[in-house]
Amino acid sequence: MPKKYHIKPKPTPNRFVPPRKYVIIEQDQYCLHCPTNACIKKDCPYDVYTQRRFDSAELRDIIDYFCKGCFRCIQGCKNNALSRTLNPEYLVLGDEYWTPEIITSAYNQSETGKIPVSGAGYGGPFTGEGFDSMWTDMSEIVRPTRDGIHGREYIATNIDLGKKLSLLEFDNEGGLISEPPPLIDLPMPIIFNPLPFGVLNQEVALAMAKSAKILDTFMIINESKLSRQLIPYQNHLIPLTNKVIEDKISGFRMVEFFDCNDVLALIEAARAINPKIVTLIRLRLDNGVVARVLELTKGGAEVIHLCADEKGKELDATNPQRDKTRFIKEIIREVHLSLIEQSLRDKVTLIVSGGIADSSHLAKAILSGVDGAAIDLPLLVALECRLCRNCKEGLPCPVKLETVDAEWAAQRMVNLMNAWHSQLIEVMGAMGIREARRLRGEFGRVMNFTDLEEECWK
Amino acid sequence: MEIKWTPSRFRNLISKYILKRGSACIKCGICVKTCQFGVHKIYSAGPSRPKDALCIGDACLDKCIDKCPEDALTMKLNPAFESLGDFRWAPDLILSTWYQAETGKIPPGHLEYKTGASGGGFDKLELVFPKEIDEIPEEEITTTIPLNRRDEERYKVEIDVPWYGGGMSFGSTALNVMIARAKASKTANTFTSTGEGGYPDALIPYDDHIITQIATGLFGVREETIQRVRIVEFKYAQGAKPGLGGHLLGEKVTPEVAKMREAVVGSSLFSPFPFHSVYSIEDHKKHVDWIKEINPKGLVSVKVSTPTDVDMVAIGSYYAGAHIVHLDGSYGGTGAAPNIAKKNIAMPIEYAIPKVHKFLCEEGVRDKITLIASGGIRSAYDVAKAIALGADGCVIGTAELIALECVKCGNCESGRGCVRGIATTDPELSKMIDTGWATQRLINLYSSWRTQLVGILKRLGMRSIKELVGRRDCLRHLDYQ
Repeated sequence: MPKKYHIKPKPTPNRFVPPRKYVIIEQDQYCLHCPTNACIKKDCPYDVYTQRRFDSAELRDIIDYFCKGCFRCIQGCKNNALSRTLNPEYLVLGDEYWTPEIITSAYNQSETGKIPVSGAGYGGPFTGEGFDSMWTDMSEIVRPTRDGIHGREYIATNIDLGKKLSLLEFDNEGGLISEPPPLIDLPMPIIFNPLPFGVLNQEVALAMAKSAKILDTFMIINESKLSRQLIPYQNHLIPLTNKVIEDKISGFRMVEFFDCNDVLALIEAARAINPKIVTLIRLRLDNGVVARVLELTKGGAEVIHLCADEKGKELDATNPQRDKTRFIKEIIREVHLSLIEQSLRDKVTLIVSGGIADSSHLAKAILSGVDGAAIDLPLLVALECRLCRNCKEGLPCPVKLETVDAEWAAQRMVNLMNAWHSQLIEVMGAMGIREARRLRGEFGRVMNFTDLEEECWK
Repeated sequence: MEIKWTPSRFRNLISKYILKRGSACIKCGICVKTCQFGVHKIYSAGPSRPKDALCIGDACLDKCIDKCPEDALTMKLNPAFESLGDFRWAPDLILSTWYQAETGKIPPGHLEYKTGASGGGFDKLELVFPKEIDEIPEEEITTTIPLNRRDEERYKVEIDVPWYGGGMSFGSTALNVMIARAKASKTANTFTSTGEGGYPDALIPYDDHIITQIATGLFGVREETIQRVRIVEFKYAQGAKPGLGGHLLGEKVTPEVAKMREAVVGSSLFSPFPFHSVYSIEDHKKHVDWIKEINPKGLVSVKVSTPTDVDMVAIGSYYAGAHIVHLDGSYGGTGAAPNIAKKNIAMPIEYAIPKVHKFLCEEGVRDKITLIASGGIRSAYDVAKAIALGADGCVIGTAELIALECVKCGNCESGRGCVRGIATTDPELSKMIDTGWATQRLINLYSSWRTQLVGILKRLGMRSIKELVGRRDCLRHLDYQ
């Protein structure tokens, strides 16, 4: 059995007060000014009104941060002076894909490193777009589950990055002739993708590198951004480039090339410099992706990194009908199945990025057919990014990303990844799957909204 | 079941609309005369603040705001109302459940009391009523269902309403709530379940209406608790956290809870998953046999969640000797569950019921086993729809808690538990619930639901709820049909 993978979370408080779903309304015109000890606010079971303070950094009252929405003050006030409403600041957070729930949940996970647990049944919509239209399976009685989360059984989340041999050849004496290609054992099916926006200063890059090292995973970084400061972490860096640069190859364990006509030649050249290196090809997820993956795999590609847009949609500039663009779940499935059809699936490792917003997406992407995922925006959200994209327009960052401390930021990312890792184990345990490698393309453990509706109603 | 008016425990009700009287009011009293609901009152000292909670707002045909000669009245949706609940338990559904628990009557027209707003499942299904039917007197319509359909020398249990209460453990819910549920079940001649946290002595007077649960943690399971009851339930899985064991976070493990569960005070309890003694249907049979041996007259219910092969699990349970297969769909309630599990794992009950019903029919055993559905049954209409999809009856949980004024804030698991006194074992907080009050609220809700079911059956021209089982032709999917 491999050494157990263990991440150490550490409480790492938010620097800014995150928006809550509700705001308390205090209607002063109705306040009867009861004596202090008779005021309902004194009876708040969560001591919201006594904990409230004026935040000098944000210049506002942060009472809503403490409120848990029990309605006791609203229903108890002698003159009905209190009320609440949905918080517009919360509602405008993110967009229809990166929902306020996903973002605020990531803040909590980055703060505590724990799995979000709550009471009461699920209150969201019945189904939704993209990953929300699938449910993962569970096992009971006839197919036992695995009790992984509390460490009572071991669930491995490792995946292998690289090319695998389809068979081994031996000589007459029984000695191995085949030379196994280099393979990287990733303890969790996640690597870090370059951040698409945000205040991308040295501290943030350093934090990503630090957390990649702590988590024993990798961070893809544009070779032009590789500073001397990051060199101590080079075992956990993947330079991203479009040409073979010797010092970006030797000393590194992996390198990523942008897809281009001669990308396979680049891989050969890289291997000539560093035979141990594992190469990734960064491929745009568009109409031609299936053909290109097959072509590259046949040509000897080791790891193919499929890049969708931020919302997990295919990138296709030629398609004017934006709503017709497909979601990664469907494309991954198609790629995976066509590789299987040609008996090529085990030769190549597939990584997907774009649209992996929470831990359930990770599990569902793997179930749809990739080996692992590269994530970017969740790491930014771990640093309290509000996804407002002000920085893209040169406007100031509401959470002052430029002032983050690398240690704090690294721990936030580690915390988030710990929570994701634990949740991946929860989902796998419920399915009775003990290896992330076996999760790949397990369509039998997936229930799709459209299939179920079809079965049930049509 | 006797209905008694049982008002809210709280001073202020959450109303759907807010009515405001401005300073232009000339105290003419037209609004008092116009409103049939008693929203307006004028005393000698002047007009009172309008009682918004009684106002039916947009559904009102004769509006005070239109009649006011000085335009002094304004009406708008209450922002607090809009912020209540969620997609499944829409604000309307919560308020209408409160209304039913208070009055025992069907809610007035301004509240959507039949469905939620989740945009799928029950919320997309509609009952279809025939245009012409034979008029059946209400007294002749029965909602009784049998729970033992096997030819065995065991209790011939029948329940008068096609639902019973789901498992809520001592530890997750307050003892007063458990007692109230038991009392209400006794009054309605149905059952409630202890959940997996042991069998508190205070429930002994209601033994005949209690289902005791054996879950993976085996907390408080003893021979005498199994022998005491008419139905024993094996909880293999729970819809809110399918594939995961029960969660009771440390702060809720008070000395009493710890004693009952033979655990350590303040230490979180995570039940194992699965039963480490059951890895096959044969093992499962051994489990069922064990209970049948200990309680020679008792029935065995098997509570399972909804994996893709839920039909296989159900048929296996039948052959293992179970009397009831209880399917708990993925959107079911919980005292504490990982959010990822609540949302993503296992299929909603709306798909599982027809799948299992069909399979049991094909295997020729459907009339030998009772199929019970839960996990998202929020209203009498949900019960009717679940039965039309193929269940014999339902299990309800969250609806009962909403009747006790749960606001679905979702903080049951943290700290001392529910600060509205429902899902807590904190000595101070649990005092907030009076057993008598809670019992009557539940009876009122049951009563209203039963009235609605009888009304539905009458409109369908059916004499018994049993006739509705599997009648897919009585349902219409709003998107496809």
